[in-house]
Amino acid sequence: MAEANVAVKTLDKKELLRLYHEMALVRRLEEEAAHLYQQGKIGGFLHLYIGQEAVASGLLSVRRPEDHVLTAYRDHGVAIACGIEVKYVIAELLGKATGVSKGKGGSMHLADVRLNYWGGYAIVGSHLPLAAGIALADKYKGEPGVTICMFGDGATNIGYFHEALNLSMVWDLPVLWLCENNQYGMGTAVERASAVEEIRQKAEGYGMPNSRINGMDVLEVRGAAEEALGYVRENGTPYFLEVVTYRFQGHSIGDPERYRDKEEVDRWREADPIKIFRKHLIDTGAFSVDDLSIEEERVDQEVAEAVEFAEASPDPPPEALYENIYADS
Amino acid sequence: MAEITMREAISQALWEEMERDERVFIMGEEVGLWGGTYAVTRNFYDHFGAERVRDTPIAEGVIVGAANGAAMAGLRPVAELMTINFAFLAMDQIVNGSAKIRAMFGGQFTVPIVIRAVGGGGRQLGATHSQTPDVVFAHFPGMKVIAPGTPYDAKGLLKAAIRTDDPVLFIENATMYQSKGEVPDGDYVEPIGVSKVQREGSDVTIITYSKGLQLSLQAAEELSSEGIEAQIIDLRSLRPLDLGPAIESLKQTNRAVIVEEGWRSYGVGAEVAARLYEEAFDYIDSPLKRVAQVEVPLPYNRELEQMALPQIGDIVKAVREVL
Ligand SMILES: Cc1ncc(C[n+]2csc(CCOP(=O)(O)OP(=O)(O)O)c2C)c(N)n1
Ligand SMILES: [Mg+2]
Repeated sequence: MAEANVAVKTLDKKELLRLYHEMALVRRLEEEAAHLYQQGKIGGFLHLYIGQEAVASGLLSVRRPEDHVLTAYRDHGVAIACGIEVKYVIAELLGKATGVSKGKGGSMHLADVRLNYWGGYAIVGSHLPLAAGIALADKYKGEPGVTICMFGDGATNIGYFHEALNLSMVWDLPVLWLCENNQYGMGTAVERASAVEEIRQKAEGYGMPNSRINGMDVLEVRGAAEEALGYVRENGTPYFLEVVTYRFQGHSIGDPERYRDKEEVDRWREADPIKIFRKHLIDTGAFSVDDLSIEEERVDQEVAEAVEFAEASPDPPPEALYENIYADS
Repeated sequence: MAEITMREAISQALWEEMERDERVFIMGEEVGLWGGTYAVTRNFYDHFGAERVRDTPIAEGVIVGAANGAAMAGLRPVAELMTINFAFLAMDQIVNGSAKIRAMFGGQFTVPIVIRAVGGGGRQLGATHSQTPDVVFAHFPGMKVIAPGTPYDAKGLLKAAIRTDDPVLFIENATMYQSKGEVPDGDYVEPIGVSKVQREGSDVTIITYSKGLQLSLQAAEELSSEGIEAQIIDLRSLRPLDLGPAIESLKQTNRAVIVEEGWRSYGVGAEVAARLYEEAFDYIDSPLKRVAQVEVPLPYNRELEQMALPQIGDIVKAVREVL
């Protein structure tokens, strides 16, 4: 990890501030989404990313434009970190025609192929085989990208996970498998569902190089991701990165959270990735409290404008129901 | 008799069967500590314990597969799939396991498994989480597929499902858990594979099941105010499929509409209509009509999703057309 830390130390102030802005933006977006849900403007499921912001932001701050990204349904933070403008995310949450998926996908199905963000998937584990295939296509065509596949701890118990990891080793596929271990799959704690508590041990079983890091520190995530992506790029073979994190909210809106006690959640809240980073930026003298407050106001403004944009956007027209079903219709 | 919800009816059936027979146990995602995603197994974990109310990893293949094995070895597992959409990850175990193990080994094994699965659209859950693919499972000989439309039938049929030695897929509709109906106190069992008249009428026959029953009953009220009385036949079970009462009704009405929530092509309506043309052609005076879902993956947007799902108005319109 030593080399990566050097890289992190040389981060310029602009990038540090961008990272802070992005994490604060994701947090604000999620708070607003919860609010819009309560108002009945968002329907279906809503899986918030609050607490996990450092994972997507740290990881995707070092991806290259040619790297493909896939994740599961907890996808708002990933979408933002891939560069989707927040207004197109909120428009999708409201089911509007201006949403990234034209109002047809909703919260769980954000994607923007122009940004090489290949989508959020709602069937647990189902995108891992897709990631293997996308990596295969790069390799086949002689293209340089790495496929970054993010998934939860719960997803590592399903057959797809094992089939995809194995194939990626057998076929030497350039995939970064990134497990966001937030310690629960819905209400089931990792140790109640997984034979091994360190998820990275599963990669071990496939002879895949791996590591396990703290996901509440955005710079640590960034450093580890840089190293892991470097490995995949150089060798053209997979790497497994387990990032330990925590979701501060329920699994989806409306989760009664009977499976964990408040003290546990409070303990983790002390490791809030945004607070930690904020403190770091101030303690190292990179930024003043005022600098960061200005940034936070910008974030509030940005989300407020995005909500305005989304609310003013039209619903998809009735004929949209029949569109985009077949490629040749 | 007491008026209870569909959720309570299903919950009571499970509870009473677990009290009655120690071999009955539940396994599935979030069935224990959480109390069931739709709160059907609330309090079961505390009462029956972790041995009999087993939280599983997210792994549908092994949920159904291990339940098949346990059933072969003498237990009576009730395997819960959080939604029927996830049954596709267990498809091999259902299709090549549950449905075939008995026949394939010349009757040496029985597979008394119940797979409970929740389906249905209308909740803005998007394309993969809103399906009503009931017919897919009803295609396979060896399976029994039940989909009740009232709390009374839900309770009686779930008990029958647990007691039969055959594999059963028991399909619930997520939008119906709160709907209420009269249910007798204590134990009763409804026969599997017997359809039922849910409303009397002599002008037109509506053949339906599950969510379609709810919609059809409401459509019938609307039609009644115009002087049209619909007889409603609830299939209750898609395999075996009993068309006896439907044919009896047709003898009087000579007109029928078939209502289902799933897609039209190769659907329940297609099967029922084909069999009615084969078995009751002489009683049909007007081409049969089907009311079903528009053939698109369901969109998230609320209005678009509602456009795609069959509505009460669609049933009323279809009835007017066959008259
Ligand atoms: C195949 C499948 N089974 C079950 C579900 C229901 N479900 C949705 S999310 C989830 C938990 C997933 O946990 P994890 O992978 O740890 O991701 P997290 O929600 O913690 O981000 C479950 C069981 C599903 N969507 N797909
Ligand atoms: Mg998790």
